[in-house]
Amino acid sequence: MRTFFLTLMFLLILPSSHASTLAEYTFDEPGKAEDFRTVTEEMRCLVCQNESLAGSNAELAVDLRNEIYDMMKAGRNKDEVIDFMVSRYGDFVLYRPPLKPSTYPIWFGPLIVFLIGGVVLFRILKRKSLTRETKLSTDEQHRLDDLLEQSTDPRDNNQ
Amino acid sequence: MNQYLRYSIPLFVFAVIAAFLYKGLGMNPREIPSPLIGKSVPEFSLPTVEDAETIVKSDNLLGKVYLLNVWATWCVSCRAEHQTLVHLSRSGKVEIVGLNWKDDRDKALSWLNRLGDPYVINIFDKKGRTAIDLGVYGAPETFLVDSKGVIHYKHAGPISMELFNETLLPMIEDLKRKG
Repeated sequence: MRTFFLTLMFLLILPSSHASTLAEYTFDEPGKAEDFRTVTEEMRCLVCQNESLAGSNAELAVDLRNEIYDMMKAGRNKDEVIDFMVSRYGDFVLYRPPLKPSTYPIWFGPLIVFLIGGVVLFRILKRKSLTRETKLSTDEQHRLDDLLEQSTDPRDNNQ
Repeated sequence: MNQYLRYSIPLFVFAVIAAFLYKGLGMNPREIPSPLIGKSVPEFSLPTVEDAETIVKSDNLLGKVYLLNVWATWCVSCRAEHQTLVHLSRSGKVEIVGLNWKDDRDKALSWLNRLGDPYVINIFDKKGRTAIDLGVYGAPETFLVDSKGVIHYKHAGPISMELFNETLLPMIEDLKRKG
């Protein structure tokens, strides 16, 4: 039974590990293969939106990979390929969206949340340290002394 | 009072997050704004579905307001949409140009014979290259194009009569008036 499940697990893993090999795309020029990999990994497959173009087995992803491959083979550089894709599919294809007003929340949102958290934390800590430094009034100090004198540690008595 | 206010902060934060998540539930992740709105239909030169020898060029489509409908026989939603398209073409309110996407010619022809042919022209994009230029990422997709070949609207997914009457028809009439 265990072997069965293990086999099943490996079979499930198999297709995805196969998809991420871009070995069939070869370039003569050095560095181009690297560029190709970067570009396709930084682009979203529009059919299965959580996969990159490099990793997707969707038919459209295969077509787009081939298109990008042909463009790069023909001597176009990374930026030209990105322009090509964005002019057709919009910023949505980019996993790393460009910095512009409509994307400000994505870029600065985490920082703002972090700052709010920082301010809240700072204020809480400050209030805590203030309460600790509060001096006891004379009456309170006397009462405290009395209480301390009266109290005896039970462990000491047992000895 | 102050105490109540303080304890209501987590509730408030929860409410905000819940509101965003609830909104997200109702949103369609497939609805991606097209960068092609306001731009011209990309140039192409492709055969028709009916005849491999007849070549249609993008310029041939100029001069009329039309819907460009991307479809395929392998696409289930297109099957669901088809009756609406047939109905629309019979109503005479708008002409529909088909872009048959990565499909089989024989299958496409038998589909049209069986279910009716709503298209004035049916372009055969076997390789899907023109679809890439149009930013197509699924079928069906429909573009509203004016007489100068400029795209005014894009809808991903099947067209319903509601969508046509409420959104497309007012735009079509407006574009026709402008010429």
